[in-house]
Amino acid sequence: MAVTAAIETKQLPKAFDVDAVRSEFPILETPVRGKRLVYLDNAATTQKPRVVIAALRRYYEEENANIHRGVHYLSERATDLYEKTREQIRRFIGAGDAREVVFVRGTTEGINLVAATFGRANVRAGDEVLITAMEHHSNIVPWQMLCEQVGAKLKVAPINDAGELLVDELSNLLNAKTKLLAITHVSNALGTVNPMKDVIAVAHSAGVPVVVDGAQAIPHQRIDVRELDCDFYTFSSHKMYGPTGIGVLYGKLDLLNAMPPYQGGGDMIKSVTFEGTIFNDIPYKFEAGTPNIADGIAFGAAVEYLSSLDWQALSIYEHGLLQYATERVKEIDGVRIIGTAREKAGVLSFVMEGVHPHDIGTILDQEGIAVRTGHHCAQPVMQRFGIPATVRASFGLYNTREEVDALVKSLQKVKEIFN
Amino acid sequence: MATDELRSLYQEIILDHNKNPRNFRQMPDADYVLEGYNPLCGDHYTIYLKMNGDVVADVSFEGAGCAISKASASVMSTVVKGKTKQHVHELFDRFHDLVTGKHTGNVSFEELGKLAAFAGVSEFPARVKCASLAWHTLRGALEQRKETVTTE
Ligand SMILES: Cc1ncc(COP(=O)(O)O)c(C=O)c1O
Repeated sequence: MAVTAAIETKQLPKAFDVDAVRSEFPILETPVRGKRLVYLDNAATTQKPRVVIAALRRYYEEENANIHRGVHYLSERATDLYEKTREQIRRFIGAGDAREVVFVRGTTEGINLVAATFGRANVRAGDEVLITAMEHHSNIVPWQMLCEQVGAKLKVAPINDAGELLVDELSNLLNAKTKLLAITHVSNALGTVNPMKDVIAVAHSAGVPVVVDGAQAIPHQRIDVRELDCDFYTFSSHKMYGPTGIGVLYGKLDLLNAMPPYQGGGDMIKSVTFEGTIFNDIPYKFEAGTPNIADGIAFGAAVEYLSSLDWQALSIYEHGLLQYATERVKEIDGVRIIGTAREKAGVLSFVMEGVHPHDIGTILDQEGIAVRTGHHCAQPVMQRFGIPATVRASFGLYNTREEVDALVKSLQKVKEIFN
Repeated sequence: MATDELRSLYQEIILDHNKNPRNFRQMPDADYVLEGYNPLCGDHYTIYLKMNGDVVADVSFEGAGCAISKASASVMSTVVKGKTKQHVHELFDRFHDLVTGKHTGNVSFEELGKLAAFAGVSEFPARVKCASLAWHTLRGALEQRKETVTTE
């Protein structure tokens, strides 16, 4: 017995040092409205650690040049740094080949790229594209546009009252006409974590490729695209502590190779004559024009920062924080939590009886507490729950229980004003 | 306790009109019916308007939204009844100046009456659209517009 206990103690993961993490994020020390910032809008965008800010500054002060085209020193150096990021990301998501990492502006462009290339090449009149009832607008509208253009049908897999995907129903919707499943890994409005590996296996057994919207998953859990066996996986740098304006579309090598290019222009070609053009190899085939070099390189710094963290400890910490916040907010009279899935990450959405989310947002803001109020670019989710909007507190790796307490205290104030 | 800004935003009169909105009903025999929508936060109202020549005979509204937008629609419905079209337009201009902080002091708060309760909105630029949604919609109805009025 004693021996077992000792082993168990030994195996306890190290505690996550949130104070050390916080000290890496300068904005957390910036007062807003004369108060200490309590930043609970991480699902919209995350704050940036010093290393990312420094990388941006260093790039413009010491490294700036265009890439893939100059023979001069700076161009070679910028190219190396940019391509190093691609390799860092490959490693971070467990891809087998850096050519599977396509740089895009963000998740939205990643999905649009798949719709415009893979979609246009493979989805025909009478075919179906399957999504779910918990998608962000950016994983609905591109498919609607595609279906409209080619005469295909958009199908929607339903969710239950807890905000969980009904996998059986999804499975029943897969058929010979289904050309693609587009699904979010984690819902930005509800926090639901979908059983991605199972869903992908179900889709594959029906011969349907899967594009995963990973925007809200990648800041909260380690992703291994080969273990998931997803065909595409897309995410935004700015939601994972990196700069805005850059993101990644991962795609399986053979799929990317078979896809037509996205936009035409420089960098995506091998040779051009007026009679015709030979396109470049992947990933450059999908990266026309001068890319977002500075943010790409700084994105590498963010990935390096994330890679340096103890993810087991982080995961336990974040999970505990969300649980704590859920318990505390649930205790407030008249509050209803929207999204009560068993598996959740990072997001606490709720409504308060008799008070519109917008008014709550204004009152919290006066206390220096940043939350999002509204439909969270997921109007169909709001319709599903029969509400116009929610208040959404979303958590990142630097949030603390004290900040949750501050949120709860301000929510009490809301009740006081609106009693 | 709430900050002074919050207190001035959520005045008693605004909280009251939010909780018990006046003229909050359909109007089957309305001359003009127009929807107003704020896509950013989802505030959504329908304004019903009955005219007697050039004079507003009756106004009512329905819909849902935040306290500021609902109270504004409610207070508006109580102040424009019996006013001429021209007078309503003038009131809206003054109200708009008030909530955007352009209120010069030339217009006395007395003249604004109950509308003065919305002066605190000017400290909250993000809420100006909430306060003015019903007014924009009413103006659309007076101009006999048909398509939904949006604040974006
Ligand atoms: C689930 C989800 N998908 C897609 C997006 C779109 O990401 P971006 O705006 O960075 O392209 C977001 C961000 O709002 C999101 O939360």
